Amino acid sequence: MTEAFEKVKIARSNKRPTASDYISNIFTDFFELHGDRRFSDDGAIIGGIALLEGRPVTVIGIEKGHSLKERVKHAFGSPNPEGYRKALRLMKQAEKFSRPVICFVDTSGAFCGIGAEERGQGQAIAECLMEMMTLKTPTISIVIGEGGSGGALALSVSNRVWMLENSIYSVISPEGCASILWKDSSKAELAAESLRLTAADSLEGGLVEEIISENNLGSDTFYAGLKEKLVNELIVLSSVSKEELTENRYLRFRAIGSGKKSED
Amino acid sequence: MLGFLFQPKNELEKGGRENLPVGADEQEPEKTCPNCHKSTPVSQIWDNRNVCSCGYHFRMNARQRIGMICDEGSFTELFEDVKTLDPISFPGYAKKLETTRASGKEDEAVVCGIGRIGSNPCGIFVMEPYFMMGSMGTAVGERITRLFEYALKKRLPVVGFTVSGGARMQEGLFSLMQMAKTSGAVKRHSDAGLFYLTVITDPTTGGVTASFAMEGDVIIAEPGATIGFAGARVIEQTTRKPLPKGFQTSEFLLEHGFIDAIVSRKEQKEAIAMLLMMHREENCI
Repeated sequence: MTEAFEKVKIARSNKRPTASDYISNIFTDFFELHGDRRFSDDGAIIGGIALLEGRPVTVIGIEKGHSLKERVKHAFGSPNPEGYRKALRLMKQAEKFSRPVICFVDTSGAFCGIGAEERGQGQAIAECLMEMMTLKTPTISIVIGEGGSGGALALSVSNRVWMLENSIYSVISPEGCASILWKDSSKAELAAESLRLTAADSLEGGLVEEIISENNLGSDTFYAGLKEKLVNELIVLSSVSKEELTENRYLRFRAIGSGKKSED
Repeated sequence: MLGFLFQPKNELEKGGRENLPVGADEQEPEKTCPNCHKSTPVSQIWDNRNVCSCGYHFRMNARQRIGMICDEGSFTELFEDVKTLDPISFPGYAKKLETTRASGKEDEAVVCGIGRIGSNPCGIFVMEPYFMMGSMGTAVGERITRLFEYALKKRLPVVGFTVSGGARMQEGLFSLMQMAKTSGAVKRHSDAGLFYLTVITDPTTGGVTASFAMEGDVIIAEPGATIGFAGARVIEQTTRKPLPKGFQTSEFLLEHGFIDAIVSRKEQKEAIAMLLMMHREENCI
């Protein structure tokens, strides 16, 4: 098996901590908020207000669940348009009350179905991309498992994007790539290698700021380490004006594929 | 019964060809409409803006569209020097780019520039369906981003024609990020009070639907165009349910509230010119 495809398998494992594990271990007093105020409440995305070392923050996560029952409840972590609209509602609320936003990203992709198309999956993602770019509050996204295409990007237009050591972030699943390009989904291993979807690849490409080590993944020390990182990063991000924050975020993404380096 | 034995086997046995003027024996190529199955000479379809007499809209390349929409001689191309860098050295991609460029007129899947439509100045981008299915890689993202930044500086509206299979997977995560980059540029242009009109044409899917195609102040679509995020075949395989009639067509999106109007090619220039006029800054209070 190629090294990249091994990472794909690890990233997809249902034994990995999910968004709700991060939320309960890093934050206190999480108060979950439901619904997009348009249509319904999407179980694939959880979100709410919590305290990070006593400071109120908005936390949003794509939740996959562990057991089969949980996975069904959370639609296997594939959000519908109402999930993205809920996330955006919470982000706009965070902006209003000057709360930083922290997103945990873990999805094989946005939900693929008739209803999702009827309710504008493309429009819902597009709106997240547009609005996140100019959100006047610090934003940090962490890819904790799978960063699957537009469905993951919709919650990742942040000032900082971090990836767990064994997480992946890709424009398309290796299986999808293999079946479209080579008409052979068994070539997924080769596709995984070619797509450069590992955390190390993303760091090398300048697409993410940091890789989070998976030493003692899921242990108290692991969460304590990540918590400290978040606290420190929010101090850095809060030290600049809101205008600089959105300008730096714009420049961060503006630099990708422009042949120039980010000045952030 | 044995007639087949005496059939001429080649032109010479038939007595040779008559000396006709060059080209006189060639019939004008015809195009068969996938909707009404009628064959029509290409020139006749082209005279009707690449639309069949039944109303079916054939695909159009970017230059044809620019010729159809812009006032004569008003279009100036911009950012044509922006080229992709094959950012992840994807196997076979460099070769694919080379052959695609050699076989067509365009060197990327979008043409950007400025021009006038019914005397209204605007920034224009037109995606190219015959270049890797209009897929968005770094060059497409960069050209469109630069166009919105340019239009913002010059306070111009933008008219964009989309046709795309989505993000170009051969450029990996770099192409996915173009969704965020272009959306950011659209947002800045929008926040400055400037007008953006999208014309969605067949087919517009994936990462382009989930970014700048759906971000216009006004979104119009050509009749019968396929517009969606996930591919219909993938949805059918995943859900194992029959898809509703007309699923992911312009008409379906209009019914569900995701586009403003369906405008046929014949009426497009007039409609676009009128919308641009209505958004001219000197015409607004």
